[in-house]
Amino acid sequence: MSDERILKFHILRFNPQVKGDVPTMKTYEVKEAPGMTIFIALNDIRETQDPSLQFDFICRAGICGSCAMIINGRPDLACRTLTSKFPDGEIKLLPLPGFELIGDLSVNTGKFMRAMSERVESWIHDTYADSVDLDRLEERMDPDIADQIYELERCVECGCCISACATKRMRDGFLGAVGFMRLARYALDPRDKRSDEEFYEIIGDDDGVFGCMTLLGCQDYCPKDLPHQTQIAYLRRKMALVK
Amino acid sequence: MKVIYTDSLIIGGGLAGLRTAIATRQRGYDSIILSLMPAKRSHSAAAQGGMQASLGASVKGEGDNEDVHFEDTVKGSDWGCDQDVARMFVNTAPKAIRQLCAWGVPWSRVRKGDREVVINGQKVTITEKDENHGLITSRDFGGTKKWRTCYTSDGAGHTMLYAMDNKAIELGIQVHERKEAVALIHEDGVCYGAVVRDLITGELLAYVAKATVIATGGYGRLYAVTTNAVISEGIGNAIALETGVAPLGNMEAVQFHPTAIVPVGILTTEGCRGDGGLLLDKDGYRFMPDYEPGKKELASRDVVSRRMTEHIRKGKGVPSRYGDHLWLDITLLGRAHIEKNLREVKEICEYFLGIDPVKEYIPVRPTQHYSMGGVRTKPTGESPTLKGLFAAGEASCWDMHGFNRLGGNSVAETVVAGMIVGEYVADYCASNPLKIDTELIEKFVNQEQEKISTLLSRDKGESAFALKKEMQQIMMDKVGIFRNEADLSKAVEELKVLHQKSKNIALRYKVRAANPELVEAIRVPKMIRLAQCVAYGAMLRKESRGAHSREDYPERNDRDWLKRTLTFWKNEDEDLPEVKYEELNIMKMEIAPGARGYGVDNTIHHPDTEKRLAEIEEIKKTNPSADRFELQRLLNPIEIPEKFRGKNERIGIGFK
Repeated sequence: MSDERILKFHILRFNPQVKGDVPTMKTYEVKEAPGMTIFIALNDIRETQDPSLQFDFICRAGICGSCAMIINGRPDLACRTLTSKFPDGEIKLLPLPGFELIGDLSVNTGKFMRAMSERVESWIHDTYADSVDLDRLEERMDPDIADQIYELERCVECGCCISACATKRMRDGFLGAVGFMRLARYALDPRDKRSDEEFYEIIGDDDGVFGCMTLLGCQDYCPKDLPHQTQIAYLRRKMALVK
Repeated sequence: MKVIYTDSLIIGGGLAGLRTAIATRQRGYDSIILSLMPAKRSHSAAAQGGMQASLGASVKGEGDNEDVHFEDTVKGSDWGCDQDVARMFVNTAPKAIRQLCAWGVPWSRVRKGDREVVINGQKVTITEKDENHGLITSRDFGGTKKWRTCYTSDGAGHTMLYAMDNKAIELGIQVHERKEAVALIHEDGVCYGAVVRDLITGELLAYVAKATVIATGGYGRLYAVTTNAVISEGIGNAIALETGVAPLGNMEAVQFHPTAIVPVGILTTEGCRGDGGLLLDKDGYRFMPDYEPGKKELASRDVVSRRMTEHIRKGKGVPSRYGDHLWLDITLLGRAHIEKNLREVKEICEYFLGIDPVKEYIPVRPTQHYSMGGVRTKPTGESPTLKGLFAAGEASCWDMHGFNRLGGNSVAETVVAGMIVGEYVADYCASNPLKIDTELIEKFVNQEQEKISTLLSRDKGESAFALKKEMQQIMMDKVGIFRNEADLSKAVEELKVLHQKSKNIALRYKVRAANPELVEAIRVPKMIRLAQCVAYGAMLRKESRGAHSREDYPERNDRDWLKRTLTFWKNEDEDLPEVKYEELNIMKMEIAPGARGYGVDNTIHHPDTEKRLAEIEEIKKTNPSADRFELQRLLNPIEIPEKFRGKNERIGIGFK
């Protein structure tokens, strides 16, 4: 029965590269197929109706984080969103706010995430990391710590948390949950030799962890269900104890 | 004309590209990475299962070392690999994993004491040693003698890619995102960089470099259904091919993974079977032990994929509206294990199939997964015929996989190749000046500019989207798991027609900047040429080896076919590549050709095989006191960059 449906996609169209182009909403009709995802539907629209439609998909399996967009008002990964989820068959797609628009549904998360990584210095700080003798046994690690680090490292930099963040909307320099999560991951890692004082220098102000208004859109919309709430609270307490 | 200079230009920002860039940067050379998207979104991230390295810290990995890993890899390749390269690889893999450990990968660790695992459908308790607690652990994968695949729960590729990209950021390596290399700049057998299209502005740029490295991954998207990311279209391979100078190697060697979900083809990791999952047919019957009593579900990927297809052809598949499939049963592993070590699998099942794999079977079918073929290189990673062009990772035919790759050896290759090839790229940068011939650069940029202008000005013609679909269907139907002369020759003829049609592509959206249709129009003719290399190479290869399985030539024929296919495309007007072959020298093999241990051995042997076997015996006899390292040097002396020559330590055995 559901494969008979005609879906209506309302999509924001705007190509800033084309002089004089203005943002408009455009509607496309697509015949629903069983198991159809927004990935399949958007490609169908591009191939058969409008070859100019811009969007980003890479893995199309919910792994790479490329395809976050606003789907009927909520940020989510489009590749793994089944069209059958929408009983009225009306699907409104907007590009993720909080990022530079490339065109239509494509935004420049890459530029943002690189800047975030540079800001929190998203790497192991250990003067000896590059002089480790690779022939010898590796440094041991408690298996539970390894598991816990992985839990925080599951972030795919999709940007949903940034688009769902009210603080970020008000304060442009606000680091946001993706940055806090990254920092929390390194703070937990015994291989990273940074002290709490050094972390404080990065996040110990209003653009950092103290600026969070705790509305926690990040927690609500994280497609990987990362524990943003806990980690922000943890970092805040840890930072409050520094000075 | 905008020209950008660097020492080494790396095309592709996945694990192989990043690691190569890091190697050259650490030697003091400037590197720029070009990427279609942010590097952390590369297809490397999708590797769920893990990375093979013979650390031997888990109790089921005891006794493992480079030699065992080498034997598995050579057998897995059906003796099609370059044994020098496989040797460099297995010796360096433990160092690669330990380096990644220092750079932040949270590898899963050995936990001392008892734990319950599933082996051959049975719950078994194994006991990890106290003294191994906290070292990197490993899981079982297909085609391996030991549990050798190191992992991070089921996000190995993700954590490796993140650690690697973070390291690159630390070193200040620039990744130029949303840039696509559309042609290589070369003259008189030397490569000088690439013509690059900015996917946002549409501008053409020239990137000029001493060394150019292709690290663009595989060409899975030549097939209609593949586990590969949508960007794995082989464009890096195609621009090398289009030089007419650099050959592609073994393009017909295409791997099908046994367990992708039906119908969308998303992968469920080999870790499912490695951890004890079973394959069942429509009657709920476990059929693999009937076909492969030894390794069962954990035979090599090519073998399992063929057995599944055979079983479906016997009418034992589960019918569905998307054709027949089989079941992957991981219910016996239990919720705790699945939610920790197979969580991505669980998410994929929930989102794309609407099922809970803790309680329900997963519908799976063999699906295109890996490209063993690619830019042919020497063991240094450099093209044998185009100086200054290198390749690393899946994009290359460095050739450690031959005709079948083992699970866990792909991410391992990306990192190890990045380390080794990166050193040779740095050597090349040290000994060659940066040559900037503006006339030459302009010629190549203008050529590409003209092609684009032609595309934009043509009023009526073919749709790039439609041509691509046709090509993908031809590859699916006629160049799949089982191949035969009739289908392959039909595929070759049909692809010739498509190639002609691709010269007449017209666009509906005629904008030079940010235009997905233009991107497709540039790529599709390239992809059709690659597809033809696969189909034509497969048609000519009249034997079955690894993943290349001919119904009309079921035997592996070492006598006539122990050689690597090289395809050249010297003239864009031709509809077929020029094919040459490169003999594999048995007399230099560390392990002479033999049986892989699956099904009936019907190999047609090469006359040199016996000679080499006798020679190996003789070498062993005349050097009775040689340890395994000395023996390896005698049998297979290899060049390896100095910094990777040390012996690898293992718990309990030291450096022996």
